[in-house]
Amino acid sequence: MAEIVGAYFTSHVPAIGGAIHKGLQNEPYWKPFFDGYQKVHEWLAQVKPDVAIVFNNDHGLNFFLDKMPTFAVGAAAEYHNADEGWGLPLYKPFAGHTELSWHIINALVEDEFDITTCQKMLVDHALSIPFELAWPGVEAWPVKIVPFAINTVQHPLPSAKRCLALGQAVHKALESWQGNERIVIIGTGGLSHQLDGERAGYMNQQYDRFCMDNLSVDPEALTHDNVHEIVRKAGTQGVEVLNWIAARGALGEAPVTEIHRNYHVPISNTAAATMLMEPA
Amino acid sequence: MTTPIPAPAPQPIEGTHLFDGAAAAKGFELNDMCYSFNDAANRAAFLADEDAYCARFRLTPAQRKAVADRDVLGMIAAGGNIYYLAKLAGIFGLNVQDVGALQTGTSVDAFKAMLLAQGRGETYETAHKEMVHG
Repeated sequence: MAEIVGAYFTSHVPAIGGAIHKGLQNEPYWKPFFDGYQKVHEWLAQVKPDVAIVFNNDHGLNFFLDKMPTFAVGAAAEYHNADEGWGLPLYKPFAGHTELSWHIINALVEDEFDITTCQKMLVDHALSIPFELAWPGVEAWPVKIVPFAINTVQHPLPSAKRCLALGQAVHKALESWQGNERIVIIGTGGLSHQLDGERAGYMNQQYDRFCMDNLSVDPEALTHDNVHEIVRKAGTQGVEVLNWIAARGALGEAPVTEIHRNYHVPISNTAAATMLMEPA
Repeated sequence: MTTPIPAPAPQPIEGTHLFDGAAAAKGFELNDMCYSFNDAANRAAFLADEDAYCARFRLTPAQRKAVADRDVLGMIAAGGNIYYLAKLAGIFGLNVQDVGALQTGTSVDAFKAMLLAQGRGETYETAHKEMVHG
């Protein structure tokens, strides 16, 4: 039977990709951030996942505003990165796990989640950077993926409560999967940041700590605020914490243990965070 | 039959413009043009003839003026979404600190200092006050 080995949460700021590309990991600005991944490398080497379920958000690479799904699930054999508008070097492609994708899709719709299915899906820095951080320098990613794209761009966004429920439904789907994979759950984005408006540059360490302190032990605490209040507290793009909440749901409702946390302010305009959790 | 009472409108968030349905409808042309910048050939076409390129996407007068003025807040007021505007900013070699400085009316160095001050544990409010008052 498949095993969920745990969950990895990380920020996905585009500038991180630039720093990796230029080899700036040991520069004073970047070192406190990159040092937070040593433990991630050790943990991944130990738990050896071969599949990753990834909750992230598209930034105008795959989805335009003509069609904006609230929850989109990848069901492709391969996922490619492409030029996001900045002409940067492209990230490596990902192998999909189509059978597992369709199993999850069937289970979610059975569970009354009306998701969008994607047999083609470009993936942007929100998916690639977490992998570059987790498995630096590998020739090919050691895991196949099932990606989820959550709309964090155009309001109305799904509520935190709904994102947690989506994740929990994914957990249920994984429990009925007959394969013997070792599955890691990944949530990307956040934490607090705001790129637009007169409040650009806003971060909120108090709210970030509330999120990190509660995510493992009481994820429902993060669902009491509606999206408007989450934007007020986390910033317009800090609302990407919805990806973390969905990922936490996919870890299941049994107790989990936080085994690692790194929090560093700022990376670019963002309060950057990394966490690892395991089933208790 | 009782008339449902609409939920009270949420309190606005200072300095924050939610990209909702109204903004998405208003900004469609501008965001559509910015989405096209995922293609390098389109970025080159914009740089070669900005007027013609904006006309091709039927930018509204307010959108066209904001783009011509490189006025980020104006673009947002005209329905621009920051993830799409970031692709336009990239054409001019501007990153999110440059865009932050433009929107807050400060220098890039002062904007970066405000971010770093938060890294030293200052709240946004304190760091922002220092940025504005020096």
